[in-house]
Amino acid sequence: MISDFLSLEGLEKTFGGLRALGGLDLSVREGLIKSVIGPNGAGKTTLFHLITGILLPTKGQVYFCGRRLDGLKPHEIAGLGISRTFQNVELFAHMTALENVMLGRHRRLRAGIFQAGLRLAGMRREERECRERAIEELRFMGLAEKAALDALSLPLGEQKLLEIARALATEPKLLLLDEPAAGLNPRDTAQLSETILRIRERGITILLVEHDMNLVMEISDVVSVLNYGRKIAEGPPREIQRNPEVIAAYLGEEGNGAPA
Amino acid sequence: MKKMDRIALFFLALAIGVFPWGVGGNQYFISLLVFLGLNAIATMGLSLLMGYAGQISLGHAAFFGVGAYSSGILTTQYGLPPLLAFFVGIFLSALIALVVGKPTLRLKGHYMAVATLGIGEILYIVFNEVAPLTGGPSGLSGIPPLAVGGVAIEGTSFLYLVWGVAFLLLVFSLNVINSRVGRALRAVHGSERAANAMGVDAARYKLQVFVLSAVYASMAGSLYAHFVSFISPNAFGLMFSILLLMMVVVGGTQTIWGALLGTGILTLLPEYLRGLEDFEMMVYGAILLSVLLFMPQGVLEGIRRIGTRRKGQVA
Repeated sequence: MISDFLSLEGLEKTFGGLRALGGLDLSVREGLIKSVIGPNGAGKTTLFHLITGILLPTKGQVYFCGRRLDGLKPHEIAGLGISRTFQNVELFAHMTALENVMLGRHRRLRAGIFQAGLRLAGMRREERECRERAIEELRFMGLAEKAALDALSLPLGEQKLLEIARALATEPKLLLLDEPAAGLNPRDTAQLSETILRIRERGITILLVEHDMNLVMEISDVVSVLNYGRKIAEGPPREIQRNPEVIAAYLGEEGNGAPA
Repeated sequence: MKKMDRIALFFLALAIGVFPWGVGGNQYFISLLVFLGLNAIATMGLSLLMGYAGQISLGHAAFFGVGAYSSGILTTQYGLPPLLAFFVGIFLSALIALVVGKPTLRLKGHYMAVATLGIGEILYIVFNEVAPLTGGPSGLSGIPPLAVGGVAIEGTSFLYLVWGVAFLLLVFSLNVINSRVGRALRAVHGSERAANAMGVDAARYKLQVFVLSAVYASMAGSLYAHFVSFISPNAFGLMFSILLLMMVVVGGTQTIWGALLGTGILTLLPEYLRGLEDFEMMVYGAILLSVLLFMPQGVLEGIRRIGTRRKGQVA
């Protein structure tokens, strides 16, 4: 198990008396798109927070490329090659789109406060390269013309793409996308699915949490289904769509009083 | 650095450059501008700390004092060259800031303000009680002026020296703001969680800025000691810490220029109000209160808003 790219073992998280995740085992293979679906409150976002170190697990471990992640600080985990987007877009206010993406390259730059204050040659070169790479990422996401605009002035759809550009700028091995299609219209969603596939082509593994089933079934290599903090099914999209337990979790079990 | 910064730097340099001629070499005005420059050096650091690291220091007068006493003690009692004493002050201030900042900046909330209040009081007691070195409450006198090749740097040349240092530190600060470090700090201000997820170690940069701000204050203190030649603990107490803080708040924490404006206002205002005698403190208080009530973002931002509103009406 530990030799896996990303593996979660017996991961448990409780908030007071509420169990958000209960003994979850999950592994992600390198180079694939894995989706995690499940009804609201199934523990999907908690899962992301546990992987990225924002929350500490109550029990269980997270391994990434053979290294144990739980207990590391978020910025250290980011440094190991895991990047993410947030369910409710968290871009940096009062910074341009370009600056937001440049921030993503923070760990790829070295200049400290002295090199920066004195504008030493190495720092200037580094900044120039950083700017170029950031523009490339903006172009990859189709946002090149928006570079100079204030990030929060962009429409929601573009903000979501910008957040992905920022995450890509860190040069991650694993990218966690938290509901990237939420709030997007069908045309933008179609474009998003194409973009996610292009990200996989760059050799970046993707873990996706999403409610838009069309998107999930279209691009995922493997789908895991969570319900009440447990994995109830896992497999290729086609199998999942026919799994009776999954259908029950989404539509309510028969005889449960769900109105027809 | 942005274009507006360059233009502002140019006009600031020009204004300082011609000032001594403008006032006909009047010593009163020249020393007033020296004090303005000394305060500005300290408030620039504080502005970085408040505006970019989002932290409040209630002990910056003490770092100012560490610089002043390092220069005072080492040049009078140990015969060290002023430049060396200047760097000893910087080193001590940085060390103290590091020790205080490291544990407190890892915590969220206003621990920093409380910790700096504490260290400010501790250092104030040290200045008072270590009498063999500091002269205690009666102060330390006979600090020599700075000199180059036996010629003392006084009056106009000292004015240029102080503002030369202030100018270099201003450029340094602007460079830091417009760099990887400044970007990281602004990002932390926007969303600490997202900044962490992108690999920014927020605590580390907050600590660096705190140490930098302590170093600025120490530099100002060293220059102050050589300028006034006599120092006593009362100049480095809580009141001065709060005054420095007020300068930054009145000017505005959004940019470092706000700190400079606020420093100008609060350094010069008491001089102009002196004619009011008994009413001086009342009017001073009323002005501060109205700035905070009507321009809560600081005077610089207040002026900018009035400007854009005008423009909006014309269009």
